[in-house]
Amino acid sequence: MKREYQVVIVGGGPAGLAAAVRAYDKGARDILILEREARLGGILNQCIHNGFGLTRFRESLTGPEYARRFEREVRARGIAAMTDTTVLSLTRDREVTAVNPEEGVFTVRAGAVVLAMGCRERSRGALNVPGTRPAGIYSAGTAQKYVNVKGYMPGKEVVILGSGDIGLIMARRMTLEGAKVRAVCEIMPHSSGLRRNIAQCLDDFGIPLYLNHTITKIEGEKRVTGVVVSEVDENRQPVPGTEMHFDCDTVLFSVGLIPENELTKSAGIPLSPGTRGAVVYENRETDAPGIFACGNVLQVHDLVDFVSEEAEIAGGAAADFALGKGVEHGDAVGCRNGQDVTYVLPQRIDRRPGNSVKVFFRVAREMRNCRAVAESGGKVLAERRRRIVVPGEMETLLIPEEKLAEADGEIVVRIAED
Amino acid sequence: MEIKTLTCIECPMGCTLEAGVEGGKAVYVKGNSCPRGRMYAENEVICPRRVVTSTVRAADGRMIPVKTSAPVKKSEMFEVMKKIAAVRPEGDVRLGQVLAEGIAEGADLVASDDSAARS
Repeated sequence: MKREYQVVIVGGGPAGLAAAVRAYDKGARDILILEREARLGGILNQCIHNGFGLTRFRESLTGPEYARRFEREVRARGIAAMTDTTVLSLTRDREVTAVNPEEGVFTVRAGAVVLAMGCRERSRGALNVPGTRPAGIYSAGTAQKYVNVKGYMPGKEVVILGSGDIGLIMARRMTLEGAKVRAVCEIMPHSSGLRRNIAQCLDDFGIPLYLNHTITKIEGEKRVTGVVVSEVDENRQPVPGTEMHFDCDTVLFSVGLIPENELTKSAGIPLSPGTRGAVVYENRETDAPGIFACGNVLQVHDLVDFVSEEAEIAGGAAADFALGKGVEHGDAVGCRNGQDVTYVLPQRIDRRPGNSVKVFFRVAREMRNCRAVAESGGKVLAERRRRIVVPGEMETLLIPEEKLAEADGEIVVRIAED
Repeated sequence: MEIKTLTCIECPMGCTLEAGVEGGKAVYVKGNSCPRGRMYAENEVICPRRVVTSTVRAADGRMIPVKTSAPVKKSEMFEVMKKIAAVRPEGDVRLGQVLAEGIAEGADLVASDDSAARS
């Protein structure tokens, strides 16, 4: 096999596929996608519900349909993809070592690398939920794989902890397949899932959502037999005397996603504590020249449409770099989160002609009638009125090039309540 | 007039809609950001409909994702699920292939992936 490529893409999910297509269309010809699973498409393959692609294609697609559209584009361009291939390590000077059944362990040199590994689910262990350790406890995504890909039902009576979108989708899916979903508990005062998923996955089926509640005990020896759910106070501590008991044989955890950045770390690339992904410039280039990142490995997105959009930025920039047209970051300024903002991306912004930058961020709490503001050295660079902002939905703010030129030192993004 | 509050499910914005209902029909809709929101509210107060997505097991054992080609009556979703469970396609299935005609009024059951892409 070839040992040298212009662009190597780690991950063949929605981010990797869109990055590959864009890299090709920007002139790169020697592109290799490395995918751990047996097929391309990533997590979309198990997301059989619809609602994908409304922004991009103006129609409501299922996950597999969305994935196949991009896979077809990849195939039409003759882009090489190796499946069943796990990347083991990555160096700062872009040597990618991987393993698969045909080649064994091998190393390829890349003109540019795009990191598109996606994310993994936070587990019960990360939350320290007390109780026994019986069978019947799954992450929502694992349950989704069992039901939609393997064709097994993980249980009959379900309590879901966390109101993330995958948990909500699984509440509906298991209900349609005949399970009884007794409750969804959310420790925060607001759902972390999309409003429409509360409506069409819980309300449609009369499944109760308990806000400000968490599971304080899991019961059962061999198999889960029930859970204790308690209300929490404003410090998220359980309030004694508020315990409710639910009989169930299954507990699903839908308590957040964590970008899968082991490779990024192994290459010595700095991560942002806010996103848990790499620190990047607006072209999605990391601190290591020629290594780019996009999709859920960079920041956890709400919509795959935005993953594709971000991957196209990274894929295009990776092609440019591989073809000797990379960006010098000499005149970059920092960008960070201010009042009521939990993170911003990109964290570094180049001031150069023709560069208008869309900044992505999340807010710390629900606020109404407010303004998102980007400031630098006392000057307002961008401002946007918002009727309502919620932590579960990503916000954006466009800084136009002429304003960016006025940036005087670090840019801070904050929410101003009127 | 009865006033109904709805959450639009047409797109991820999830607008909160207010519909004034008289004689089983929406006489006004507020809170929508686009025409789809108005249509959603108008349909929702008359007869709520949803696209049903699920899987069928192919004869070779692989799970094939499926969807209804149009929204079906919300009240008939479980009925549709029962019919879906009885569908058992043989041979290769292509994305978009109709697996069961008229699975509900005005809707077919179509494959939403190629069987070749399923493990």
